[in-house]
Amino acid sequence: MFLSVTEASDRIIQNLTTFEFFDKKIIDEGKLVFIDVPILYEKLGLSKQELTPEDIDLLITAIVDLANTLKIQRLVLDSVTSVCFRIRHEEKIRDFILKLGKSLSDIECTTFLVSEIGPQADRYSLYGVEENIADGVILLGNSQRQGDLLRTLQIIKIRGATHSRAQYVIEITPLGIFLAPFLKGGGRSTIGNG
Amino acid sequence: MAPGSAVLVRMKGATYTDSYFAALSAVLREYAMETKGYVVYLSVTNPASLLVDILSSVDIPIQGVSFIDVTSYMMVDKAKRAANTTYVESPTMLETIMLRVEYLLRRSPNERRIVVLDSISSLAIHNNSHILQEFLHILVNKLKSMGAVTVLLTVIEETAPELSNVLSLISDANVTLEGGGQS
Repeated sequence: MFLSVTEASDRIIQNLTTFEFFDKKIIDEGKLVFIDVPILYEKLGLSKQELTPEDIDLLITAIVDLANTLKIQRLVLDSVTSVCFRIRHEEKIRDFILKLGKSLSDIECTTFLVSEIGPQADRYSLYGVEENIADGVILLGNSQRQGDLLRTLQIIKIRGATHSRAQYVIEITPLGIFLAPFLKGGGRSTIGNG
Repeated sequence: MAPGSAVLVRMKGATYTDSYFAALSAVLREYAMETKGYVVYLSVTNPASLLVDILSSVDIPIQGVSFIDVTSYMMVDKAKRAANTTYVESPTMLETIMLRVEYLLRRSPNERRIVVLDSISSLAIHNNSHILQEFLHILVNKLKSMGAVTVLLTVIEETAPELSNVLSLISDANVTLEGGGQS
């Protein structure tokens, strides 16, 4: 289940059709479900700019109920930053992410939270709490070398598993994402993540 | 050339043109065409469009060849697109070159695959020796693991000693072309 906050699902599907690994049949078969979060907000009557603790509970319950009913095994929230923008307070954000993660984990659903950070951020999420709560952190960013902007991927942590900690350059192709080691021979500076 | 082997073709600057065409003819006409192989040609020395014209004029076949052009973008010459060509913005984007080679090889169902790097000397113009050595070491070993034959073209006088050492280390065969023949 893909929960989209900022981009309409039909637009996402349109962009996905350029990838050869994507088969629209999985949507028809119910194996991939898109939910537009603004529509979900509307249905739940969450119209206020700042969500109250009750609103947050309502949102979590709605997401978990959907995941439970549809027997969802993988859930993506794109982006948690946009949802947290309406929660605002750090302790409430921490509570929201913890409750959401725990509730989905209880129904054996793995959650992927997309978090956005600006260039030259010295942490892995905007609010600084997401990376502490998550079991795994995958950092996507840009690195600049000799004026070239390279897309990069680095696994920061995966609890309970050994993993590479090296930085990789990625290319998004119709066949999927390809990775190559970031060459260390040249100087570099990371200019953006998200 | 056994699958997974790397061949270093060293050319002398004074007889470069003769050697260059002899090497291309041997690889593209005599090896790739006869074995019905699929070729990924990394074009650094010349834009792919120019190379296609040159190869066509001397009857070297380019069917079954995919070009990766890393010079045209730099010259803002992208408008003249060549057939079967993908473009990388700069010869300094070495990781992107690696990924593009891998992508093209994965796309091809042909099991007999050849990758031509034309040339190491041209890559050395744009990259420092250390990063280029790292690139070659990773790329050639990756291609070996994929069972592709790698042909590395270089001009002897324009190859720094430390780069030359790495090329010898990663190559399984070393051919020196001296204009009319080889040693």
